[in-house]
Amino acid sequence: MRVIVPISVGGWTRLFSRWDLLAVLLILGLLVFLAEASRHLFEPLTELRQQPPSLDPRNLPEYAARTTLRMFIAMVLSLIFTFTYATLAAKSKRAERLLVPLLDILQSVPILGFISVTVVFFMALAPGRVLGAEFAAIFAIFTSQAWNMAFSFYQSLRTIPTELEEASRNFRLSPWMSFWRLDVPFAMPQLIWNMMMSMSGSWFFVVASEAISVGNTTVTLPGVGSYIALAIEHQDLKAVAWAIATMLVVILIYDQILFRPLVAWADRFRYEQEAGVLPPRSWVFDVLRRSRIVARLTQPFAVFWRRTLRPRHPDKPQSIKQTPPIAQGRIAFQFGLIVIALAAVALWQIVRFVIEGITLADVGTALLLGLATLARVIILIAIASVVWVPIGVWVGTRSRAANLVQPVAQFLAAFPANLLFPIVVSMIVAWRLDPNIWLSPLMILGTQWYILFNVIAGAVAIPAELRAVGANLRVRGWLWWRRIALPAVLPYYVTGAITASGGSWNASIVAEVASWGHEHLQAFGLGAYIAQQTDAGDFHHIVLGIVVMSLFVVVINRLFWRPLYFYAERKFRLG
Amino acid sequence: MTAALLDVHSLRQSFPRADGGEHLVLDGVELSLTQGQIVGLLGRTGSGKSTLLRLIAGLAQPSAGTITYLGEPVNSPAPGIAMVFQSFALFPWLTVLENVQLGLEALGLPESEIRKRALAAIDLIGLDGYESAFPRELSGGMRQRVGFARALVVHPNILLMDEPFSALDVLTAETLRTDFLELWGDGKLPIKGVILVTHNIEEAVLLCDRILLFSTNPGRIISEIAVELKQPRNRLDPQFRDLVEKIYVAMTARTPTPMTIGTGPTATINTVLPRVSANLLSGLIETLAAAPFSGHADLPVLADELHLEMDELFPVSDALQLLRFAEVEGGDIKLTDTGKQFAELGTDDRKKLFQRQLLSYVPLATHIRHILQERANHAAPKSRFYDELEDHMSSEDAELTLRAVTAWGRYAEVFAYDDDSGMFSLENPT
Repeated sequence: MRVIVPISVGGWTRLFSRWDLLAVLLILGLLVFLAEASRHLFEPLTELRQQPPSLDPRNLPEYAARTTLRMFIAMVLSLIFTFTYATLAAKSKRAERLLVPLLDILQSVPILGFISVTVVFFMALAPGRVLGAEFAAIFAIFTSQAWNMAFSFYQSLRTIPTELEEASRNFRLSPWMSFWRLDVPFAMPQLIWNMMMSMSGSWFFVVASEAISVGNTTVTLPGVGSYIALAIEHQDLKAVAWAIATMLVVILIYDQILFRPLVAWADRFRYEQEAGVLPPRSWVFDVLRRSRIVARLTQPFAVFWRRTLRPRHPDKPQSIKQTPPIAQGRIAFQFGLIVIALAAVALWQIVRFVIEGITLADVGTALLLGLATLARVIILIAIASVVWVPIGVWVGTRSRAANLVQPVAQFLAAFPANLLFPIVVSMIVAWRLDPNIWLSPLMILGTQWYILFNVIAGAVAIPAELRAVGANLRVRGWLWWRRIALPAVLPYYVTGAITASGGSWNASIVAEVASWGHEHLQAFGLGAYIAQQTDAGDFHHIVLGIVVMSLFVVVINRLFWRPLYFYAERKFRLG
Repeated sequence: MTAALLDVHSLRQSFPRADGGEHLVLDGVELSLTQGQIVGLLGRTGSGKSTLLRLIAGLAQPSAGTITYLGEPVNSPAPGIAMVFQSFALFPWLTVLENVQLGLEALGLPESEIRKRALAAIDLIGLDGYESAFPRELSGGMRQRVGFARALVVHPNILLMDEPFSALDVLTAETLRTDFLELWGDGKLPIKGVILVTHNIEEAVLLCDRILLFSTNPGRIISEIAVELKQPRNRLDPQFRDLVEKIYVAMTARTPTPMTIGTGPTATINTVLPRVSANLLSGLIETLAAAPFSGHADLPVLADELHLEMDELFPVSDALQLLRFAEVEGGDIKLTDTGKQFAELGTDDRKKLFQRQLLSYVPLATHIRHILQERANHAAPKSRFYDELEDHMSSEDAELTLRAVTAWGRYAEVFAYDDDSGMFSLENPT
């Protein structure tokens, strides 16, 4: 079990820099641009004509296949993004300064917000056809997968041991060759864990992105997500059960035939082998590796691949890039000019957009709603911590239990909260509960597991000697928790809590409004606001909602989580 | 004498410092390597010898000066110069064979040729049977053999070795050295010259034909010693011992500086302090005071006795000198009266004596205490002193120096330091 460093704390010392400001400006500009484009393209679009999805469970295999395909296409795009964006950020000092803050701001933009502003834009690209909607859905899934993968790759590239880098230069590997022989293998184990996490996380958004309506543009793509939406509309509990079963099967299948083998294969890329940890196994991987037929079939590809790694001009010396200082200055100047121009365009767009349709009162409302959602996130994280930290420590200090619980927690993290809506909504309606309180748990349903499995990982990592000392000195009860268990798991807990809190903000757009047939419930919060404005197709207020939410996330990350993370890392990290 | 394989001329390497000045790492380095020679670069940590090796390898660019390899200037990794690394630098995801083939693949040779040459190199270096093993399955010695095979397989003219034996245990290192010398002596290695970086004096005398001694901060060549002993050399041979002693003397020779007053180098506020724990200092003082040394020891003998390498022993002897517990000259170390006194005291009195020496001879400690006393709350952040130091030394040295003075200050109870808040203070928890 490994712990993944969240982007939001990934290693800057200053709270805010001017590069952050620039990143905010550029992303805001992009959002406004998309929203503006959508607003203008909006009217002429007619509703997508296509076969309406049906609740017949016999359609589910096809729907599942389509949904999974979308996720895999998005995964491929995310990988391409990762390999280019993160490599650029890691290899170029100049690009790094902008690209890393950009990534941090991007990951705090709520993913469902991306859907709201891009769906119309993408549909306009392929008017009247399903393709545009497919683009939009895939793009939304991509935004839920790409950021943390890119960040993990960037972090790995920056921690490649100097001597390995020197060796690859000393033996004059071409950049292309050293990318595939050094950079990618070194980053592989972390990247695969992040891919798994991304895949889990994206289920949540698949469900949301397959059936969405922005104003009077309604998109319904055949898939598990739209099936669920339909089941909710028709109050069909049996169909909901079918959907859950389908998801379970799909998750199980791709876990067994894709991720397990990948993890087992990537084990060879681990730079440091931890002692006493059994290498991961996968039956599929064993079969593939031992099969002669597979070996023979892949042989030509392997040969071809090795050939692409060959240098074209082996005799040409590859110099260390030696740009004369004057030219360097010129490049820096041009780069600066482009960035400033982009920022200026973004600023102009934003200003016009704001003047056109946003009043100060709107901003006040959005901020107030943001505070309501913030209160929810804080309380939920606190409750989840009180529940899961003790359980996690208990499980983690018993290796048998840890081996049983971990995969279950990982599956639960993949489970989209939307599927529990029927139960929650009908309970709230039946007992006349306050949606402001009782809708909230849905926000943390999928994300609380990150706290659990990080704490388990932390408890597993407590050295046996430390525990022996505790036993030897007869440290027990509250003292044991206070002096041994809690400090030891704190760095891990913080990592989990950051992921959980970020995820909860994202989930609020779905969780603060819930419906079951004709019952519509709504809580007072920013998530509900964004959902509402999306329904109404009011782009000014969609963007306002997204921006305010991103602002909350960024500020809380910088002012609260990051300092806490560094404190915990410095003071309580063992070893 | 044949023509030089490699020429290094008035080489200089420096890095910009925080205050706008420059941190000089290497200065005025002259070096030439002729065919059939093994040249050793011997110096302590911070003498820039590894930096020099990387400059020769074309992995970095010098600030000034030239490096010429076969008449061509080196400004990028040159074909024909291969390197063996201290930590082996093997790719853990490649098998032994694949690791060895790497450099050949980069040359774009045909597949059959790659295989033939790689297997030949593996055979030569004694790795038969390990071709399909992964580095993690091998012992340190076998890993470094892969490192050698990987470097030799590209048939370099010059082999650069960056402390290749220092990560190995004593026995393994000796076996590898002997094997290397045997292959080299028999002319079985496809190389024409070797440059070896080491901080192990005996290793240098054992392997090299010429040894260049480096000073620290900045790295300059202070002496060049030709080793004319016949191979195979014997460590117990009196001539061998003489050479080792001679190098110790050269390495501990006092550099005459105007600051030198009294009995040893005097620290200023900006002196880089060796990071040596008070425990280690006490330990060495006790060892020196006891039989058989009785207050006076030959450094090579002491190093042998304690199984310490030069790189480990010198910082301790430096610290002892700095605090006036001992004097070092001509390869010998001698306890001062204060040092002898220290050896006889109990824990509390030792602390008091240490405190006196620290405040008298380490101006940085005095400075910190002075500032703390002046301030109303008797506290000051670490960053205050760090910034001050950084104006005069590299940020790494500033960090190490502060850590050293913190450790000594704590032991002597001169001041306290709280790592959570990063504050120095005069308070000790009561």
